[in-house]
Amino acid sequence: MLQEIADFLVYQGLGLQPDSTLGGAVNFFVYDSMKIFLMLTIIIFMVSILRSYFPAERTKKILSHKREFFGNVAAAALGVVTPFCSCSAVPVFIGFIESGVPLGITFSFLIASPMVNEVVVIMLWGLLGWKIMLIYIVSGLLIAIIGGWVIGKLKLERFVQDYVYEMKLGELDIVEQTFRERVDYAWDYTKEILRKIFLYVIAAIALGGFIHGYAPEDFLVQYAGRDNIFAVPLAVLIGVPLYSNAAGVIPIITALIQKGMSLGTALAFMMAVTALSLPEMIILKNVLKPQLLAIFVAILAVAIIFTGYLFNIIIV
Amino acid sequence: MKIEILGMGCQKCKDLDTAAKQAVQELGVEAEFSKVEDIKQIMKYGVMVTPALVVDGVVKATGKVLNKDDIKKILK
Repeated sequence: MLQEIADFLVYQGLGLQPDSTLGGAVNFFVYDSMKIFLMLTIIIFMVSILRSYFPAERTKKILSHKREFFGNVAAAALGVVTPFCSCSAVPVFIGFIESGVPLGITFSFLIASPMVNEVVVIMLWGLLGWKIMLIYIVSGLLIAIIGGWVIGKLKLERFVQDYVYEMKLGELDIVEQTFRERVDYAWDYTKEILRKIFLYVIAAIALGGFIHGYAPEDFLVQYAGRDNIFAVPLAVLIGVPLYSNAAGVIPIITALIQKGMSLGTALAFMMAVTALSLPEMIILKNVLKPQLLAIFVAILAVAIIFTGYLFNIIIV
Repeated sequence: MKIEILGMGCQKCKDLDTAAKQAVQELGVEAEFSKVEDIKQIMKYGVMVTPALVVDGVVKATGKVLNKDDIKKILK
């Protein structure tokens, strides 16, 4: 269906030749853009409705005084469905700790939430297929579960900023919304997200299409192939400052994979972009002492690099 | 009427503030605005996800940028 529309627009509308390089590249761009935006619109809308049933206040109650491990699993899963952006990381962290959510379980939540982000997941699905999407989700959740569990085991409570324990959290009743309100909210949210990422995604698909069409085959094998052992840590390092462009990174990654970047390296890069973000670390510095922040970053970095190597070894 | 916007100074908080001011102006009511950026004050209201809208000490919405029509409904 979409392919026919793309064919019509590019070959009839613009009059480009189907067998020319330019015609092929433009067709690829038009088709991918339509597909990605259609998926983004539908899925973000549905996820937003689902999320309206999991406000942070309810998640906090579910996780409070949970036992380790099962609590970590629940926290990672709830991290995916609880609506939350990194600008609220400080009040969410304090709210969790204050109401008795164990530190390690709080971290499982804080790791899973940005990593398994709906925009990233949809774009991986649309551009790289459901298998890679599934690998990303499962390894992301595992990193959140294990990372949080390790932080819990290390007993690092003393490295939380002291004022956090002195906070008093007021009672806030969860106002049940009508279905109509949930739909309105979901639609507003979908529009807001699309508006925010629109340009990045278009630019990235165009750039991806350009690399796809014009860069020589295998030109990255030497630098980012599975045999270069520095590729994974380097990819993680490059990913750290790219947070706000998570949506734009994927089309470029897709093209790079086609040109020889190995899958494990690409996954590690994506995870670093979403979960190891510089702005989030700066925000978390408000509630964590430097020692705990450093341990958190180190555990995440090691887990992500390990995941990258693992998939470079097992996926041929 | 006392309107407070809770949030630690992100873009969304500014958007909510702007929308609330428009709503007040269009309704033609008297309102005293304040921005609450201190985390202790925000937590006192039990708010974890910002921005939040508080009217006369009651939390009306959290975690979303309401548009001015929604805010008008709340203020009426």
